[in-house]
Amino acid sequence: MIYREAGQIKTNYASDQQIFPIAQDRWAIYAFLAFLFIVPPLFASDYHYEVILFPVLSLGLAALGLNILTGYCGLISLGTGGFMAIGAYSAFKITTAFPDLNILIVFLCAGLISAMFGILIGLPSLRIKGFYLAVTTLAAHFFVEWAINRIDWLSDYSPSHTIGGPNRDMFGIAVMGPNADPAAKYMLMLVVVVILAFMAKNLVRGRIGRAWMAIRDMDIAAELIGIKPLPTKLLAFAVSSFYVGVAGAMYVLIYLESVDPEAFEILTTSFPVLFMIIIGGLGSIMGSFMGAAFIVLLPVFLRNLFPVIGLDVPSHVIQHIEFMFFGGLIVFFLIVEPNGLARLWQIVKEKLRLWPFPH
Amino acid sequence: MKLKHLMSVLLAAAVAAGSFAATPVFAKESIFIPVFSYRTGPFSPGGTKVANGHVAYLKMIQKRDGGVEGVDIKFEECEFGYKTDRGVECYERMKSKGSIISHPNSTGLTYKLVPKAPVDEIPILTMGYGMSGAADGRYFPWAFNFPTSYWSQASAFIQYVGNEVGGTDNLKGKKIGLIFLESGYGREPIPLFEALGKKFGYEFKHWAVPGKQMADQRSQWRKITRWNPDYLFMWGWGVMNPTAVSRAHEFGYPMDKFIGVWWSGDELDTKPSGEKAKGYRAATFHAPGTFSDMHKDVLKHVYNGDMEAAKKDSYGDVLYNRAMFNAMLIVEAARTAIKKYGKKITGKEMRWGLENLNLTEDRLASLGAKGFGKPIKVTCADHEGSGPVLFQEWDGKQWKIVSDWVSPMRDIVRPMLEEAAAKEAKKWDYKKRTDC
Repeated sequence: MIYREAGQIKTNYASDQQIFPIAQDRWAIYAFLAFLFIVPPLFASDYHYEVILFPVLSLGLAALGLNILTGYCGLISLGTGGFMAIGAYSAFKITTAFPDLNILIVFLCAGLISAMFGILIGLPSLRIKGFYLAVTTLAAHFFVEWAINRIDWLSDYSPSHTIGGPNRDMFGIAVMGPNADPAAKYMLMLVVVVILAFMAKNLVRGRIGRAWMAIRDMDIAAELIGIKPLPTKLLAFAVSSFYVGVAGAMYVLIYLESVDPEAFEILTTSFPVLFMIIIGGLGSIMGSFMGAAFIVLLPVFLRNLFPVIGLDVPSHVIQHIEFMFFGGLIVFFLIVEPNGLARLWQIVKEKLRLWPFPH
Repeated sequence: MKLKHLMSVLLAAAVAAGSFAATPVFAKESIFIPVFSYRTGPFSPGGTKVANGHVAYLKMIQKRDGGVEGVDIKFEECEFGYKTDRGVECYERMKSKGSIISHPNSTGLTYKLVPKAPVDEIPILTMGYGMSGAADGRYFPWAFNFPTSYWSQASAFIQYVGNEVGGTDNLKGKKIGLIFLESGYGREPIPLFEALGKKFGYEFKHWAVPGKQMADQRSQWRKITRWNPDYLFMWGWGVMNPTAVSRAHEFGYPMDKFIGVWWSGDELDTKPSGEKAKGYRAATFHAPGTFSDMHKDVLKHVYNGDMEAAKKDSYGDVLYNRAMFNAMLIVEAARTAIKKYGKKITGKEMRWGLENLNLTEDRLASLGAKGFGKPIKVTCADHEGSGPVLFQEWDGKQWKIVSDWVSPMRDIVRPMLEEAAAKEAKKWDYKKRTDC
C-alpha cells in the first residue's frame, strides 16, 4: 500500500536511469544517510564508535571491495587481508613522509598502490579459475605478510614493526590519531565510505559492471559478445584492490590506530570479510555492508544478551556459544538463503509491494 | 518458505537491535579491575591459566582482607579470545563500568590501547610484555611494563650465558641463535641481541616461526642444527613452545643450551616432552611452585583448601603464578593510590599509584610473597622498575630455580629504550614530560 510505485511515471532518461528509480527507495536511502550523518555524532558513545561503527564501516568497505571481485566478476580471492595491509602500510608511509598532505589524498594514494598490486596479482586470473585462483591470491596474502614482517622500512624501523595513525587534521579539526574526537573520525570514514559506495553502485550498473557480470556468468559467452577478458578481469582486480586498500588504511589509521603485522592474519581479515559477503549477499553493494554489520554485531549482541536477560554466563562460555551459533548461521544461510541478507531484503520489498493484498 | 524468511528477517533485526543495549551502573567505594582473558582461541591453554591466577588472587584479597584498604575489589572477566577487535569491545565495555586499569595480556591489544590510555585516562600495565619503549615514563606516562622489558631481559640472557662461559669477554666468537614467533613480540629483542653482539663479539642469527608453522618448525630446526649455535634463545608463545622443545630433542640440540623467554617457560611447554625436556631453561621474574604464604591463602580462601579443585585451575603453575603476581602488583598500586587519594580512586589516581609503587622486601614478606618475587620500585622516568631476571630449569617433572637474580645491562639497554621511546612518541606527537 505504502510501498507502491504506481503513478511514478518516468518522463525522461535521467529519471529512468537514476540509481534508485523507485521514489520510496530513494527517500528511504536519503533518510538513512541523513540518520547516519546526524544521529551518531549527537548520541553515540565511545563504545558505539569503537565497537560498532568503525569496524562496520571499514570492514564493510573491504567487503564491498571483495564483492566487486567475487560477487560481480566471479573471481574468488582470499587475499583481502593482504590488500588491506598494503593499503594500511602505504597510507602509513605516505602520511609519515608527507605530514601535511590531506588525509583524503593519502587514502587515495594508498588505494592506488593497492590497485597496482591488485593488477599484478590478477594477471594469472586469465589462465586460472575458481579454487586455483583462490590459491594464488592466498599466496599474495602470504607474500604481503612476509613483507610487512621482514622489511623494516615499511614500519619506519619500529622494532616490533608496528604502524599507527598519527595525529592529522582536516580544516583545523583533528580527524586522526589518539587526540581526535571519535565523531570527527566517524564523519571522515562515513564520507569516504558513502562516496565510494555510490561510485561502486554506478560502476556495477554501467557498462563495466555488466562486462564483469557477463564474465562471471560465462566467460566464453562474454568473450563471444566482444568483452575482452584480460582487461575486464584486471580492472575488477584493480577496482577491488583499490576499495580494499582504502578500507585497510581506514581500518588501521582510524579504527585500530596502532597495529603490528599480526593484525592482518588471514583468520582475522580475509576470512571474516569473505563471510561478510556470503552472509550479506554476493553481488550486492548493500549486502556488503549488511554482512559486515551482521558479523560485527552478532558477537556484541550475544555478549549483551545474557546479562540483559539476567543469566550469569561466564564470558568464555558466551564465546563458545558464539562459535556454535556462528557456524550454525553460516550453514543456515547457505542452505536457506544462499544469496544472503541482500536477497532477504529484496524479498521483504517484494512482499511490501503487494501488501496488504497479495494475490 | 515464508516462515523461514520471516525467521531470518527477525533474527537479523534482533541482532541489530540488541547490540545497542547498554550495561552500565556501579556501586560506591569499590574499585573496578577488568580481567582481559582468553580462555578460547589459539592461545587458550596459556590464557586459561593466566585468567585463573588473576581471578584467584583478586578473590583471595577480597575474601581475606575485605578488599584493599577497606575498598571493595570488583572485577569482571571479559573474554576476547586473543583477538584485537574483541579486545577493543571489552575495553570499551569495561571503561563504561569505570575500570581503573587495563592489562591486556596480548601484544596486539596493547598496541591499540597504548595511545588510548592518556585520552581515556586509564593506565595500562603490560607486565613484562608489550612495547619496550613504554619503559620510559617521560614519554609514556600512562604505560607501564615493570618489572622488566623484553630488551632488559634480552641483555640479562646475554649476561647469564656470559657468566656461564666464564665472563662476557669469553662470548667472543661464540654463536648465539634466536628462534622466535614471527610477530611484533617475537621481533622485539632482535635489535638488542644484534647491538650486544657487536659489543661482545658473538655471532647472532635468528629464525622466524610464522604462525602457520608453529606446530611444525622442522625447516627452522634443520637450519638451527646445521649452524649449531652455542646457545639458542626462544621468544615463543602458544603451541610454538612445546613444539620447539620437542623438536630440539628430536634434532639433537643440547637441551641445556636452549633457553626460553618467560612466555616459553610454563608446564604446558615442557610437560609434553617430560623427561626429554630435562635441562631446558626459561627466564622468569617470580618463583614457580606453591611454597609462599600467599599461595596458602589462595588455597584456603578461594578453593576452601580443596587441593584437587585448585590443581584443576592450574594452581601453582608458572603462568598461574605470573597472573597472581600481576594481580598483586595491580592491587598494591591501587593500595598506594588509595593511601594518597582516599577511598575513591580514578584511573588518573591509579596511574599515580603505579608510578609510585615501591614494593620493598619487607612489603613482599608481609604480603606472603617472600621469595616469590623481587622488590620493585617504579619512578616517573623508569616505568620498568629495576628488572632483574631469574632462570628456572625443567628437571623432567617440574620447574626449579637454578640461578640468582640476573641484572640486565642497564647502561646499554636504558639508552636504547629511551631512544626507542622517543621514536615511538614522535608517532603520536607526545612531548617529553618535564616533571621527571
